[in-house]
Parts: sequence; C-alpha cells; structure tokens
Amino acid sequence: MKESIIEISSIVKKYDDVKVLNEISFNVYKNEFVTLLGPSGCGKTTTLRIIGGFEAANEGKVLFEGKEINHLPPYKRQINTVFQNYALFPHMNVYENIAFGLKIKKLKDQIIENKVRKILKLVGLENFESRDIDSLSGGQQQRIAIARALVNEPKVLLLDEPLGALDLKLRKDMQVELKNIQKSLGITFIYVTHDQEEALTMSDRIIVMKSGSIQQVGSPINIYNEPINSFVADFIGESNIISGVMKDDYQVSFLGKTFECVDYGFKKMENVHIVIRPEDIDIVKKDSGLINGEVKSVIFKGVHYEINVLAKNFEFLIQSTKSSKIGNYVGLDFNPDDLHVMREMHYE
Amino acid sequence: MNSKSRYLAYPYSIWMLVFILFPLFLIFLYSITLRNPNDIKTITFTFENFGKFFDPIYVNVLIRSISIAALSTGICLIVGYPVAYLLTRAKDKHKGLMILLFILPMWMNMLLRTYAWMTILGNTGLINSFLNLLNLPNVNLLYNNKAVILGMVYNFLPFMVFPIYTALNKMDRSLIEAADDLGADGFTIFKRVIFPLSLPGVISGIVMVFMPAVSTFVIPRLLGGGKNVLIGNLIEKLFLVTRDWNFGAALSMIILIIIFISIKILNILKIDKESGVSI
Repeated sequence: MKESIIEISSIVKKYDDVKVLNEISFNVYKNEFVTLLGPSGCGKTTTLRIIGGFEAANEGKVLFEGKEINHLPPYKRQINTVFQNYALFPHMNVYENIAFGLKIKKLKDQIIENKVRKILKLVGLENFESRDIDSLSGGQQQRIAIARALVNEPKVLLLDEPLGALDLKLRKDMQVELKNIQKSLGITFIYVTHDQEEALTMSDRIIVMKSGSIQQVGSPINIYNEPINSFVADFIGESNIISGVMKDDYQVSFLGKTFECVDYGFKKMENVHIVIRPEDIDIVKKDSGLINGEVKSVIFKGVHYEINVLAKNFEFLIQSTKSSKIGNYVGLDFNPDDLHVMREMHYE
Repeated sequence: MNSKSRYLAYPYSIWMLVFILFPLFLIFLYSITLRNPNDIKTITFTFENFGKFFDPIYVNVLIRSISIAALSTGICLIVGYPVAYLLTRAKDKHKGLMILLFILPMWMNMLLRTYAWMTILGNTGLINSFLNLLNLPNVNLLYNNKAVILGMVYNFLPFMVFPIYTALNKMDRSLIEAADDLGADGFTIFKRVIFPLSLPGVISGIVMVFMPAVSTFVIPRLLGGGKNVLIGNLIEKLFLVTRDWNFGAALSMIILIIIFISIKILNILKIDKESGVSI
C-alpha cells in the first residue's frame, strides 16, 4: 500500500453562499504526480490554494502526513507553490529570488550559494544569478519560479497552471523537463491545468473536476480509455458523444440502429450516452461498414486528417491517416469495444 | 507621435511658458539684480542678494524651516504609511467611503482648515475650555513649533497617503502569497517585500509633503504666531512688507535649489523607474 502524504476529506468551500467546492475528497501519495484537471471555474485552483494554505476551507479536513493542517499558515507548511503568474519578486535579482526562502531559514551563506547554484543548474539556467527578473523571457521566469520553490526541498510542490503563458513548443519541452525533475528529486507534485494533453503527458494520476465536484480519479490511460461519464469523455480528448438507448446487455441502439457492445448492467431501455473516440472509427467503402454517411469536411492536422462525416443527423469526428473527398459517401466501421456506454449525464 | 496629436500639447506648453517659466525667469532676474529707485531703466547685475543670505539670522531661518519640514514629513510618513496600508486592505465596498472621508477636508480651503486648529488649540479654544471645566490649568498649545508641525501634518498628510496607497495597491497580491509560501512571517514579508516595493510611493510622498512644508507661510503665521519665522514667512515679508523683491527672489531661488537637490537625492534611492515623481 502506498503511503499518503496529503489527504483531502470532504472539503467544502463557499464564496458568499455559492459553493465552489462540494465535498471534495482525495489522497495524494508520496512521490506521485497528481493533476487536477478541469475547465475554468471547476474549483481546481481553489483546491490547490486550500492545500497551500492561501484559502481556508469552510468544511472538511486537509491532512499532511496524517496531521490536520487546516489552520497552519502557508509559511509553516512544508509545501511550496509555483504560482500561475510566477510571482517573482521584481525588486530582487535571480539569486535573491531563489535564496529568499533559504535566507529566512537562516542557512549559512556558503550553503545558500551552493544550493542556488545547484538548482539553477537543474533548471538549465547556470550563470543567471545576477540577472534582473525583467530581463528574463517567460520561459526563463518560469524556470526561476520552479527553482525558487524547489530549492527549499518541499515535500509537496503545488503548481498552478505554470505553463499557461508559454508557447506550444516551450510548453512541450517544459512538460518533459518538469516530469524529469519530479522523478529525479522524488518530490510529490500536485499540478493544476485545464489542458488535458498536459495532464495525460505528465501525470501518474489525474483528478477530473467539474463545477466543484470530482468526476473521476485514475491513471491517464484509465481515464482516457474508460471515461466514467460523457463529461470526462468530452473533456479528455475529442469524442463523438451520441445519445442512445441500452436495449439489453451488450446491445445498444443509437442513430436508429442496434449495435453490439461490451457494456452490461444497465436497466433495459435506459437512456445512455455512447462515446466513440475519433481515432477508433475506420472509414471504409459505402455499405461495407456499420453505418453510412457523407464526408462534410477534411482538415489536414499534420500527423492525421480530421474528417467530419454526417450520418443520420449526427456528425462524426474521425481521425484518420488517410484523406477522403468531400461529398463522398462512405461507410463507418468500429469494433464493439470501441463503444463506451455511459449513463446519461447532463451538463451545460 | 503623429503631427495632429502634437497640437494637443500646445495649450499646456503655452500655459507653462506664460504662467510658470516666464514668472520663474522674472524671479531669477530679480534675484541677480539690484533695485535702483532713481533709475528703473538700468539694471545692475549682482550676487549681493545671495550674499546677504549668508547672514546667520537668515541661515538659521532656513535651517529651522528645513528641520520643521523634515520632522513634519517624517511624522506624515509614520502616520500615513499604516493608513495607506489599511486602505489597500479594506474591502472594496468600504474603500470608496474611506478614501472620501480622507479627502473630504481637502475640499475646504487650507486657510480655513488651519484657522479651525486655532479655535481648537487657542487659549480660549476647545481644549482649554474643556480643561477649565475640569478646573485644570490652561496649557499653551498655540503659537509654538509643535502647533506648526501639527498644522503641517494635518494639511499635508493626504499627499503622503495617496502615493503610498497607489504603490501598495498596484502591488501583486501573489507576491505576498509567494513570500508567505517561502516561509516568511508577517513582519519579514513587510520588511523584505511590501516595504521595498512601496518605496517609489514613499519617495513620492516625501517629496509631495516636504515641498509645500518647507515653503508654506500660512501655517507658521497662523499656528506659529509669527514668533519663529520660517523661510516662507520671510519671503512673504520681503515681498509684501519690506518690498525688497530682489532679496526675496534670491531666497526663493535658494529654496528652489534645495528642493531640486533633495528630489535628485531621493530619485537615486528609487528602484521603480516607471512610477512616482521624477525630474
């Protein structure tokens, strides 16, 4: 059994009687990379701020290594934060920024200097000590913010959308780097993002949130392949979500046809959502697939084409390495285990 | 800048020229010339007016003026900083009201506000009447340096509070959270983050208070009773009573130079280059 470092139990947070967190509970294990993923306003940042100590929960407990820390101010927590806007001190240079926490701990100057050197090397910014914060690029500021938090050797590092302001290329590089840093230092990371791809790339576990509640907790593979409801399916990667009816075990009906599937345990004739990933659909010759449709658009995306096919009033999104001609009638084919049937869930 | 928008600066440029630069030039001209009552057509250039200043009487007046102004500025800073800090921490709905209460006295004439203090501090004033009521002896509150300093602090405090408030208000809240996160307690956060970042506001405040405090003549006249003459009173007297405009102009130039130098020194201390007063 893995050891929990942070336990969140039944956290409720209200702003002026509006509940922004509704009975949130989850555990974070030692050395784990956990991502809180959700659209803006889902409460993921609030959750992070409660763990950091910047906000107080109205109800519930925050445990750190088994001890309640609800009333502990941030400066007494063995947790450090990388802020969304980096929050680097503009009146200090790189060295002073990174040394800030160490100086407060009253470490010897020599030790501080060694630690700052080492951490700057780790984030790839050697010899940047005397640079002004203003003179750094966004990516460099980002690394300094991470270095400033990591140099204190926290047990848990909280990261609030730290890559949000970076361009795509830099973001991808930093994702890999962050993951490497986390592995090499063995620090627990709790990461907040709205970018599902970022979450899938870096996390050991993902916690998907929506309007103040947890939707699903699981590994990236588990969440991608077995989304618990249509919200998660839609949020994690692109999906075709179709309304249908569960005829019987292993029998689902949608778009006027009954298909074989691998799901069971639903009530007979229960309304369900069927999720099909765009990459799981094959385009075949007309009448040789399970359903026919007309190609509406083809967009080249680099590795694949994104093709929209209209079949019985539903526009399927299909990712394929082969192109199609707009206006062609084609067949769509998929396997029974490509259909993910889930209970209907209403969301805005 | 395009050619049309340049014309927008013309009214102010003309205003500056006519009402600021030209009078300043006249003051300068007066300060380096001698009055010749018999012949107004000839101008005699001289540094005699400046030389006259080095009489210990006048130097003492200047030193006293600067030390009283500096003391008032210091008190304004000590009183004003916490006020500015509290203003930034106030909830938005209270903020407007607090600021309004603070600037409300400024809507009244300064002369009137200073007179009000005379009726509070005077021998038959509010405080002494109250003391008489309790059969306590009268205290001399008016017509001394303390009353002058009180008047300066009262009148110029808003000029200290608002620049500091502005500097504190534009400070990113997450910087305080970051310092907290990195292990700093309340006092350390103030010392290492909040105060250094509010320094541009503090310096602007000092300049804004020190400048009028060193040259005011209304406050020392009303609350100081004219006993301890300050440089402002001296200049006023030279212009209006003695009618020695040349010496008065020279003294004005000296104050101008002192203020200019003090702003220069303060600007060296300033870290943030974008905000505050700079010359």
